[in-house]
Amino acid sequence: MIGGPPKGLRARLPILYPAAMLVVFFVIPFGIMLAVSFFKREPGGFYTTDFSIGNYANLFTVLFGRVLVFSILISAFCAALCVAVGFPFTYFITRMRRKAQVVWLVVLVSVLSLSAVIVAFAWSIMLSQTAGVSNLLVWLGLMEKAVSWSPGFWALTCGMCYIAFPYTVLVLYPPMSRLDPHLPEAAQTLGASPVTTFFTVVVGSLRSSIVATLIMVFAFTLGTYLIPQILGRPQHWTLSVLITDEAIYRSNLPFASAMAVFFMVVSLALVGLTMLAGKAKEPSPR
Amino acid sequence: MAGLDLKDIHKRFGSVVAVQNVDLHIPHGRFVCFLGPSGCGKTTLLRLIAGLEQPTAGRVLLEDQDITDRPAHQRNFGMVFQSLALFPHLTVGENIAYSLRIRKKAAADCRRHVDELLELVRLPGYAARHISQLSGGQRQRVAIARALAIEPRLFLLDEPLSALDAKLREDMQLELRMLQQRLGITTILVTHDQREAMTMSDLIVVMGTDNQVHQMGSPLEIYRHPADTFVADFIGTSNLLKGVCRSGRQVVISGKTLSVEALPAGVSAGSEVSISVRPEDINVLSGAHEGENHLQGQVAFVRDTGSSVEIYLDCNGFQIISQSTPKSRPAVRQGDAATAVLPPSACVVLST
Ligand SMILES: Nc1ncnc2c1ncn2[C@@H]1O[C@H](COP(=O)(O)OP(=O)(O)OP(=O)(O)O)[C@@H](O)[C@H]1O
Ligand SMILES: [Mg+2]
Repeated sequence: MIGGPPKGLRARLPILYPAAMLVVFFVIPFGIMLAVSFFKREPGGFYTTDFSIGNYANLFTVLFGRVLVFSILISAFCAALCVAVGFPFTYFITRMRRKAQVVWLVVLVSVLSLSAVIVAFAWSIMLSQTAGVSNLLVWLGLMEKAVSWSPGFWALTCGMCYIAFPYTVLVLYPPMSRLDPHLPEAAQTLGASPVTTFFTVVVGSLRSSIVATLIMVFAFTLGTYLIPQILGRPQHWTLSVLITDEAIYRSNLPFASAMAVFFMVVSLALVGLTMLAGKAKEPSPR
Repeated sequence: MAGLDLKDIHKRFGSVVAVQNVDLHIPHGRFVCFLGPSGCGKTTLLRLIAGLEQPTAGRVLLEDQDITDRPAHQRNFGMVFQSLALFPHLTVGENIAYSLRIRKKAAADCRRHVDELLELVRLPGYAARHISQLSGGQRQRVAIARALAIEPRLFLLDEPLSALDAKLREDMQLELRMLQQRLGITTILVTHDQREAMTMSDLIVVMGTDNQVHQMGSPLEIYRHPADTFVADFIGTSNLLKGVCRSGRQVVISGKTLSVEALPAGVSAGSEVSISVRPEDINVLSGAHEGENHLQGQVAFVRDTGSSVEIYLDCNGFQIISQSTPKSRPAVRQGDAATAVLPPSACVVLST
């Protein structure tokens, strides 16, 4: 029994269920989208069955290229920012007493229950000229007069990071809390200061978790389409906004599908490259 | 005096007392074992010395310098953890070179040093291996080599051998002892295995369940002259007999009078005392005999382990265990009448 592959339908049953779920909820919708991306748009109507690569050919415009690059850059930037802040933050949480850890995690999870709309409007009010934090700074005498920071690039960054930060911490928390507390102590007895210990031992031994978290936050922020519309100017709109716009307001599903498929391929290629880079640095077991 | 001094150390975690009233002097260049049952504070004491914990009260002195407030990374004490705590993301060579790298040593120097240390722990050519590709005993040696790379002023080991099987453990005990003698580093090893402590150390510090130090001395001294009933009971097997002291170095034990050679300070006629006698010091004679320190009884049980014979005697309410070699085995069987002879020189009187 041990070692041999499971035989017969009975033995395969446990794996059939997730496989079926994967097919129904992932492979089939993706197949439909892929098929639609080759269809032709019927002006005024829906679309007609066809096989043309016209939709893909239409992608190669300056606008699409600029938005694609911007989407990828801002998502990568937010991922880096979230991990840079979230990693030490999670480390301090795992050093706390059990009760304090639970309180912090509950607070973070409750942030997740806020919808993106609420988060985006909250930030836009907070960064506005009439009621935002700049008024506070004026009152404190740090600024001349109140200004508006939203919409804008930094407002968008704040909103996206705010949404992604709880996920960052929740993904980093399990590997971090499993880290043997004797590892940093061993580094200290070997002469490493607390700061050196943090970078050489804590960061070093959690490198694969860091790469995984970067990828997760990157993919997550790529998909946001509400926040850029509220907190960004039109030049800050990401590809997700463009796709939504094309699909819903212009009812051009074939073109939207083509954009989505292309976007996915590019992101997957980037994720693959990141993983390769993470692997290459790790000492390979021989 | 050179060496490590612990002055009146106390450590509490909240309301839990981890160690208390510790006053120790550890001479330079010795191999010292902290021995005691689980939870007696051995690890805590070692971590206090390493600087990984701060004492609630008391001072730590190294070569007469107060180092109590010096952080761990400035003490230069090599430590081997119970879990070994090898860095999983580094190779064997990188683990050993860690302390050299953060001191910004040249790469060639690091490599040479690593090779020397691997030679020392008898793992030559293992530098490129990954930690996960090593056996338990090999990891052990890597942890030792890593701790020795800083040329420590003090070498601290927390039950490093407890995860190994019996045969490997004995080999490692011997190796560790020889390594320490060759390098001459003051070494403190924590263990709850009294055999390990007896075979390896110059000095043993016995700690008790009250989280205090009960006795410090050479293995023989602790075995022959235990300071109290806890030490007598914890180290090896011992016959502990409760009695009352009488004048003229005599102790009465349930009606029987035993002569002893020496009484501890503070014990006078009328004090309650215990007598500790090691089983191998007791002779058993077949049949009932009268004489000095002769206790008559009945053989309750004979245990033959091959290398030794243990005879359990029932002497009117208390039990006496005697141990002898198979050659000098007394001619008694279960149920026979027999006499235990306790030489006065072997009877150690304890005040508690
Ligand atoms: N960080 C801590 N917080 C609270 N209590 C602790 C802590 N560390 C140790 N203790 C307590 O201090 C006492 C001594 O613990 P210590 O780990 O020193 O024992 P030990 O002699 O090493 O035992 P063992 O042989 O089982 O390793 C125990 O009662 C333990 O519960
Ligand atoms: Mg311990």
